[in-house]
Amino acid sequence: MKTFLRIIAGLAVLGVVALLAFIFVPVQRSAPATDLAADWQPEPGQGEYVMHASDCVACHTADGGENMAGGRAIASPMGTIWSTNITPDKDTGIGNWSYADFRGAMVDGVTPNGTHLYPAMPYENYRLMSEEDLRALYDYIMTEVPAVSNKVEETKLSFPFNLRFGIRAWNWLALTHEPGFTPTSSTEAETRGQYLVEGPGHCAACHSPRTAFMSQDGITASDENFLTGGVIDGWNAPALRGADSAPQQWSTEELALYLATGRNAHSAANGEMGLVVEHSLQHLTDEDNIAMAAFLKGIDGADVDLPDTIAAADHRSMAPAPADAAGEATAKMLTEASPDISLGARLYLDNCSACHFVTGKGAPEIFPELAHNALVTGSETKPLVSIILNGAEVPGTAKRPMTLRMQGYANRLSDDEVAELASFLRSAWGNDASAVTAADVAAVRAAGASH
Amino acid sequence: MARQEKKKDVVIVGLGWTGSIAGIELCREGLEIVALERGHDQSTVPNFEYPQQIDELKYGVRLKMMQKPSQQTVTVRRNDGETALPYRSLGSFLPGNGVGGAGTHWNGLNWRPQPEELRLRSYVAENWGEEIIPEGMNLGDYPVSYDEMEPFFTHFEKVAGISGKAGNVNGEIREGGNPFEGWRSEDYPMPPTATTYDSSKFQEACLAAGYHPFPAPAGIASTAYTNPYGMQMGPCNFCGFCERYGCYQYSKSSPQTAILDALKMQPNFSYRTESEVLRVELAEDGKTATGVTYWDHKAGEEVFQPADIVILSSYQLNNVHLMLLSGLGEAYNPLTGMGTLGKNYAYQMNGGVSMFFKDENFNPFVGHGANGMCIDDFSVNQNDFGALGFIGGSYWRSGTFNGQPIRNMPLPKGTASWGAGWKEGIGEWYGHAMSIGSHGSHMSYANNHLDLDPTYKDKHGRPLMRMTFNWQDNDLRMNQYMKSQMEPLAASMNPDVMQSGFKGIGAQYDVRPYQTTHNTGGHIMSANPTEGAVNKFSQTWKAHNVFAMGAGNFVQNTQYNPTGLVGGLAYHTVHAIRTQYLSNPRPLV
Repeated sequence: MKTFLRIIAGLAVLGVVALLAFIFVPVQRSAPATDLAADWQPEPGQGEYVMHASDCVACHTADGGENMAGGRAIASPMGTIWSTNITPDKDTGIGNWSYADFRGAMVDGVTPNGTHLYPAMPYENYRLMSEEDLRALYDYIMTEVPAVSNKVEETKLSFPFNLRFGIRAWNWLALTHEPGFTPTSSTEAETRGQYLVEGPGHCAACHSPRTAFMSQDGITASDENFLTGGVIDGWNAPALRGADSAPQQWSTEELALYLATGRNAHSAANGEMGLVVEHSLQHLTDEDNIAMAAFLKGIDGADVDLPDTIAAADHRSMAPAPADAAGEATAKMLTEASPDISLGARLYLDNCSACHFVTGKGAPEIFPELAHNALVTGSETKPLVSIILNGAEVPGTAKRPMTLRMQGYANRLSDDEVAELASFLRSAWGNDASAVTAADVAAVRAAGASH
Repeated sequence: MARQEKKKDVVIVGLGWTGSIAGIELCREGLEIVALERGHDQSTVPNFEYPQQIDELKYGVRLKMMQKPSQQTVTVRRNDGETALPYRSLGSFLPGNGVGGAGTHWNGLNWRPQPEELRLRSYVAENWGEEIIPEGMNLGDYPVSYDEMEPFFTHFEKVAGISGKAGNVNGEIREGGNPFEGWRSEDYPMPPTATTYDSSKFQEACLAAGYHPFPAPAGIASTAYTNPYGMQMGPCNFCGFCERYGCYQYSKSSPQTAILDALKMQPNFSYRTESEVLRVELAEDGKTATGVTYWDHKAGEEVFQPADIVILSSYQLNNVHLMLLSGLGEAYNPLTGMGTLGKNYAYQMNGGVSMFFKDENFNPFVGHGANGMCIDDFSVNQNDFGALGFIGGSYWRSGTFNGQPIRNMPLPKGTASWGAGWKEGIGEWYGHAMSIGSHGSHMSYANNHLDLDPTYKDKHGRPLMRMTFNWQDNDLRMNQYMKSQMEPLAASMNPDVMQSGFKGIGAQYDVRPYQTTHNTGGHIMSANPTEGAVNKFSQTWKAHNVFAMGAGNFVQNTQYNPTGLVGGLAYHTVHAIRTQYLSNPRPLV
């Protein structure tokens, strides 16, 4: 009771302070972390590269829409947020913005008229970007992106989220970190990787958990919960730290290959991560994808082995892996295929094992592992069920142009069968996750092939 | 008045293997390219999805992936004395349809010719004298040598993703590979696929007989694979649905798995489906082409597509037909030997032995199209043509490639073909049979040729192409020799029942049963314009900006499945276009 009263009292104080602040303190933009000369000019291509690294396109281009002209619907717990037109069109885009205006949006989440952006715009992370990169990005948008007149739908969230000044209080909780990047890594490559991951790459926006106020719980490497896993729109953004995480289980080269191509010997990028690969990571240099992989590998002190390039060989034959120790029993059971095996196991043999094998190991770069796969064993079962029902598609990339499509089984398997199959996958080869029910499947089936 | 499209640097006619190769390689030169494809678009997903794709009735029997005779067909006769009639129901050969072409529905056997096969006339003359060449046989040398072709064979094998075991790497003979093959600069890009029981049994018998068995070179992935374009294949699961099907597993070498997604990503490439090219348009002086005219099936109108370079990369029969219709050379006259188009149409001479073992279980449903062990002990470069009385040879192979129930229920001769007796036979023998196949060379002859039919026309009003073809004694003698050698080997395996199927002297071509879709020749390569339709770079002698790719280039057919040579020649051709033609468009020879 005492604690409860203390919380109430604390919130009341917070409320009063916030209210006073709203009234008396004008919105201020943060000062640049470094001062650049007025005549500083970006290198040719630098701004476009920063745009790719920051993945502006993913949110600011609608499906089938003009590049960066906005209008993409972004689902949030508060309602649909419509991305804005960031082409240099003077009426509907940001053509009238000064660099200081642009910087205010990127670093403080504030538009020129003082309106607060919804934090779907990851200014929590962009805040860490270097002054050079911000300048280069502004220069690119203003001089190289074609202006497109496109008035996008206005975001109209329901009360109280429609009161944008409330974000100001939120920002006090979320923007506790100073603008600019503070390296804590030991090598040049890892430092570059840290910058890309923390800043433009805004990985924490999905891969860090959220606080009770929905701000990112972990924005830089020194934060305890940084990249320990989050949930976005019913999808797990898996932990990128910890002994069981992909960066620790995979080699640095495998992780870099995943970033550059959306596929490696273990996994394939589905859902939002597929879009990140398609719009952002495939356009980065090998050095930068290796740097990010190296940073993630070494984040908690593991040894980092830096590969020279990604996927350099002109052709490669890669034998599928045998079952690992945890998966041997399942592999043996499936190989024997006794008539009394469970329905889930039988459905696996009939529909899945040709590609993913009795070992659950799949085949390198083309058929993902199901053993110890974060998507299979995640707390969120919608992605797994959706993929069984509707299939999946990993977009082609510059280094791996093939669009990898898995067909769906919605027409072939009932809700009960998909539940049995998904439950089998979540418990086979040492996987240890909860069962899926037919009702779970029915809900995903009803939602259709949106993912 | 035909609609006219914007001019392109290159127009590609047919988006199968060779069209895809030309597209992606010429895209790299920055050229603006459009490919015109008569059929529909198709991709692994959704078009080849499991289990819809492995429907034997729909695809194996009703030939859903193939060209419909109502779209296009040929008329057929066995000799000049007969009246050719339209091939109204597909039988002997199955031209494909749609993006990927025959490359989507093949079995995946990917061979290089032996070096001797590319200079066969010289090889015969040097060893036995020209006098052993039978009357009427148009035996020739290819105008390109094995050594020149080797880098292009190697590259195509990397692109296509071939599994196998080399027998001759830079002249060094390797145990377990084919010791009679031409030299290879590298081993196969993937190891051989696993061996099925029938293949092992055949392998043992061959070793006991002193032969040299080796795994069939397969366009079927034995592992996960990434090719030089970054395109990918997944390991084959031996489902046994290759020929006549698209592969749902990304395991079969095809334009879909090897090239197309990489090609479609090129900003300077586009393609139009349901766009059927009707003819190549020549400039007034007849020395160059100005583009092609095609029928846009969606719009229902004729369209002229201007282009600086025309690449004919449709199926062999269609390429020859287009060239005949467009005047890209003179039609061949077998009586005078004059003219080149339609000359040296050739095919394949095959036979085999089936063996039945009461107590052996072969699980025939476990296999793939290019499965098995082979021997080349009776191949072209192993045969003493003078002593044997024929020019040619064959490779033998044993390995189940499907256990599809409608078409693949081999039964001993004499078993009832319907009713209770048939059921009893199936019960007794299904799964207990294996076979050895002989896949033999087919020479070119004045009698076997292609021209325009005087009577029948297609729906566009164009004359159908006429095929004049019959079996010739030289190849039949070769086939009978294989029978005489194969039967003792089969007998050494002690089957309970065995039976042979080899055409003998006097056999007449029958267009009804399926034989092979290895139609070759008709726009053959030659060292000079009087003997063939294209030069060593597949450039037509008639118009230097028209290149004709594919098996139509074959001077005579080899003993092997044609794809390896087709792919190698395609890379050889685009290399010449890139390095010699673009900077100075002209006749390259």
